[in-house]
Amino acid sequence: MSVPLLVVEDLEVRHGAVTAVHDLSLEVDRGEIVGLIGPNGAGKSSTLHAIMGAVRASAGDVRVRGESVVGKRPEAVARKGVALVPEGRRIFADLTVDENLKLGLAGRRTRDGSDDDLARVYDLFPAVEESLRRKAGTLSGGQQQQLAIARALVADPEVLLLDEPSLGLAPRMVDVVFETLAAIRDRGLAVLLVEQRAQRTVALADRSHVLANGQQRLTLGPESAGDTAALVSAYMA
Amino acid sequence: MTVALLNIDWQTLADATGLGGIYALMAVGIGLVFGVLRLVNFAYGQLIMAGAYALAFASERGWPVSIGIVLCFAVVLTLSLLMDRLVFRPLRGQTPAVMLVTTFAVAFLLQSIALLWFGPLGKIASSLATLNQPVTISGVDIRKIAIVATAVAAFCLLVLVLLLERTRVGLHMRAAAMDFSTAELLGVRAGRVISAAVLVSGVLAAIVAVMLTVQNPLVTPDFALRDTILVLAGVVLGGMNRLVSATLGGFAIGFASGLLGGALPTNQSQYLPSFLFAAVILVLLVRPGGLFTREGQQAVERV
Repeated sequence: MSVPLLVVEDLEVRHGAVTAVHDLSLEVDRGEIVGLIGPNGAGKSSTLHAIMGAVRASAGDVRVRGESVVGKRPEAVARKGVALVPEGRRIFADLTVDENLKLGLAGRRTRDGSDDDLARVYDLFPAVEESLRRKAGTLSGGQQQQLAIARALVADPEVLLLDEPSLGLAPRMVDVVFETLAAIRDRGLAVLLVEQRAQRTVALADRSHVLANGQQRLTLGPESAGDTAALVSAYMA
Repeated sequence: MTVALLNIDWQTLADATGLGGIYALMAVGIGLVFGVLRLVNFAYGQLIMAGAYALAFASERGWPVSIGIVLCFAVVLTLSLLMDRLVFRPLRGQTPAVMLVTTFAVAFLLQSIALLWFGPLGKIASSLATLNQPVTISGVDIRKIAIVATAVAAFCLLVLVLLLERTRVGLHMRAAAMDFSTAELLGVRAGRVISAAVLVSGVLAAIVAVMLTVQNPLVTPDFALRDTILVLAGVVLGGMNRLVSATLGGFAIGFASGLLGGALPTNQSQYLPSFLFAAVILVLLVRPGGLFTREGQQAVERV
């Protein structure tokens, strides 16, 4: 019996007096996409930040390959093979595309094979390879999102966390992003996807957890993607 | 050989360039640490003061120049790393006001220690005094230190640009200065980046100490204090948020200071700081983001 790659157990996150995440448990294994959906303020981003160590988990556990990462700094969690594509992309606008990708290499466990990984990332995002010398800030929103995902992938992560990658993108770019996520899953990564686009996420993900007010309400499989009533009731609950 | 209406001759111009170079290096030293820690290190001048005392210590014992310089680097770097461990790191994430007041306290602490150990009268660091002698270049007498300071500053800035643009730690430092939390999420090691910035800043302080003791061999507890205040004004004048603009600001204030110092009649030189600070206030009224920042980006952009 192998343990799932990423295990979150009874996670609790507080911001001062407010409990942002309450008793959240989930698992993501290799070759899986797990969705985390819910209205604004449901605790989705806080969950990702807690996994990454950017905010402290006040209770519960986060394990990568069975090893707890609670209390570690983000730079250390990154080196355990976890990469985050942050909300709003957070690319370095004044650095070139190439420099942004090189920053992604900082999270690698070993520097061996970084050229292969760069090549594979270029495969996935030809637009990124074409604009290596440009300042990242001059890219379109969709290209910036691709760069943000590419930057996470060059770290050769086993677990990829994405925080609303489709936010603010044109519909065509949303398609590109969701197709890319499917391709990333097929490479055997464990993907935890936080999204506002609930239906598309439910359709893509192997399981989707619905969060509201920091609580886990419901878990949906891809077969529920057309079941709007279930989604609405989960959001309203 | 008069260049302009005022009393400015080539020698004054060369001295002003040299002083501008030294101040530019101080601006980089302050700007690098500000970039990664968002902390204005008011105690930067006291690092230079400590280096100057090390040079005086060696000089008074008749030790060779090289030993004095090594001692100066050792003292300044040790003090930099101590400051980092004992003050900067614990203060990370505090408000700017807390950090500023703390570095003020450190500055006065170091100054008081110097006063207790070495007394108020000062020590003489004269090993490099020969650099004050002039060389004659096509009929113009120029002090050697003006040339040395200009060359050393240009060389240091070049090395720094290569470090920041061409190396991994340089890229990490730039990214950390722009957005530290995202850099950490990507796996950039915060500790290393901060140590690198503090170390480079310390190396620059040591170099500045060597050159300032040539200009002013009498080392007192307030050594480099006035220079630091001027450089801080210059850094704000240029634009604190970007290393390039901060450096240019440092150079500008050093150059202006050297030029005015040479141009003003000797009996009025005490008004020099007043002139400089009046100019700084005027510039900041017109361009609050700094003189060398790009239009429209002053307020938003960080480094």
